[in-house]
Amino acid sequence: MIRLSMFQFRGQAATAAVALAVFAVILAATGPHLSGLYDSSGIAACRAHGNCLPLATSFATKLGGLYTVLYFTGTGFLLLVPAIIGTFWAAPLLTREFEAGTFQLAWTQSVTRTRWLAAKLGVGTLAAIATAGLFSLLLTWWSGPIDTAAPFAKGNSITFLRLGFVLFPTRGITPLGYAACAFALGVTAGGLIRRTVPAMAATLAAFVSIQIAWPIWVRPHLIPPAHKLVALTAATIPNAETAVGPGGSTILVPSLPGMTGNWIISTQNIDPAGRPFNVNSVSACQGNTPRHATTR
Amino acid sequence: MSAVIQASGLGKAYRRAWALRDCTLAIPEGRVVGLVGPNGAGKTTLLRLAVGLLAPTCGTISVLGQRPAAGPAQLARAGFVAQDTPVYARMTVADHLRLGAWLNPGWDHALTQRQVAQVGLDLRQRAGSLSGGQRAQLALTLALAKRPDLLMLDEPVASLDPLARREFLRGLMEAVAEHGVSVVLSSHLVADLERVCDYLVVLVASRVRVTGEGQRAAGLASPAVRAAPRPRRPPRGPGSHRGKPHRQAEHPPGPYGPAGSRPVLDRHAGESGGPGARLHEPGAR
Repeated sequence: MIRLSMFQFRGQAATAAVALAVFAVILAATGPHLSGLYDSSGIAACRAHGNCLPLATSFATKLGGLYTVLYFTGTGFLLLVPAIIGTFWAAPLLTREFEAGTFQLAWTQSVTRTRWLAAKLGVGTLAAIATAGLFSLLLTWWSGPIDTAAPFAKGNSITFLRLGFVLFPTRGITPLGYAACAFALGVTAGGLIRRTVPAMAATLAAFVSIQIAWPIWVRPHLIPPAHKLVALTAATIPNAETAVGPGGSTILVPSLPGMTGNWIISTQNIDPAGRPFNVNSVSACQGNTPRHATTR
Repeated sequence: MSAVIQASGLGKAYRRAWALRDCTLAIPEGRVVGLVGPNGAGKTTLLRLAVGLLAPTCGTISVLGQRPAAGPAQLARAGFVAQDTPVYARMTVADHLRLGAWLNPGWDHALTQRQVAQVGLDLRQRAGSLSGGQRAQLALTLALAKRPDLLMLDEPVASLDPLARREFLRGLMEAVAEHGVSVVLSSHLVADLERVCDYLVVLVASRVRVTGEGQRAAGLASPAVRAAPRPRRPPRGPGSHRGKPHRQAEHPPGPYGPAGSRPVLDRHAGESGGPGARLHEPGAR
């Protein structure tokens, strides 16, 4: 039955192989130059002792448009890979059999339905995970220099945070999990809806919802965040940026040494008594020393 | 000799209506059984229950002595050709034969070669581009090559033209003669079954009306029969016709004689009046 599952999967496997090959060729052609630029930028050496902003800025300038486009295209593609797997591989897995009536052929051979399904799911899930894993491996290798340098140039911009909603699901092993999730969603939708196109639509909608909802409502709560109190003083206020805080208030976010690239879930200004403090409500705060709390 | 299909109080309900209800029957071994009835009578439901594609709502069914699709061994003994003979459109004929060889331990490769040559199937042709007749032949080849003890076919010739129909049935009969497989064949056209079946089960309005035996049962083939069985002649099989007609509710079918020839009368046929009962009345001759 595993042989049949692999045989019936050969079309999708060929598509994945071609896409992987194209992806690999593009990244392999540009990757060495990119890592050369990074090595000569000196960012690796400065990471230990702090201010890499000038180096990172000059690295970003040297990169130019091509690499920026490749970086965002590749990252965007990695966001799509699990959705594509769920929609085009997993959702039709069962619905095709139902629509063509071929389940009647498959389930009346000398193989139980349990084994039939186990083989189908086993082969499909492994292929989904392997495909997403290879894409992720290529992109993680290629974009390493930019991923490292960007936070120094862009501060704690959510786009470049390692744990943010763009980089986290597209680097390392996370795409493997997303691919397995999308595959499971697709097969489930196909089994419940039994028609290909509605099942594909449902899979896509459900997976995109998970991709959006998870980092907003679930991921911040998976591990208790660390709290950090930073004093707003005459020394730190000039470097602080203003941001929108709880309830639309304006808050001051000082730059935090040694915290580049950390995922800041919430920031709040409080007064010495621990009450929320709105910068707008005080015209001159030289007398006060409101403290700044960050949560990461 | 045991029954290849034994059902008792078998029923299948969908959300609104019964597709099959109160079905009690025993189909003897070594026969070519015609399952007749108008569209929507429950033929497909009965066959799907018999191959385990559906689970019964109530009652029990055993096929070849076991629950349908109970395990690989039971599955290997029951062959099935589904309605409209579904095949994988993108796979070639050769791919289908490979599929069969992979999934069936008792696969008869020589049989497939003979069958393919005889029917004139092109091994490299995709199943999606086969004609209806060729597709039916491919499905039959797959079902036969697993060397089942019981072959069930659901309206296999319904979509075929008369010539392909005759070809198909002839091929089926040759295989039956060669391998001694028991066959259950459904159709809404009794004429199709007339030539090939030696036992008939008549399903009307989701109930078994008559099960009868012998080529003579094909005498049921008048249009009126499709609405309600109104046989003109009692069945006369090749074997001896022993015993009196009985109601299954009172006497579940016992072991059959050597020829497996005892006709079984469903109680509803009895309730529905004389004609059904007369079918099995020895004295009515």
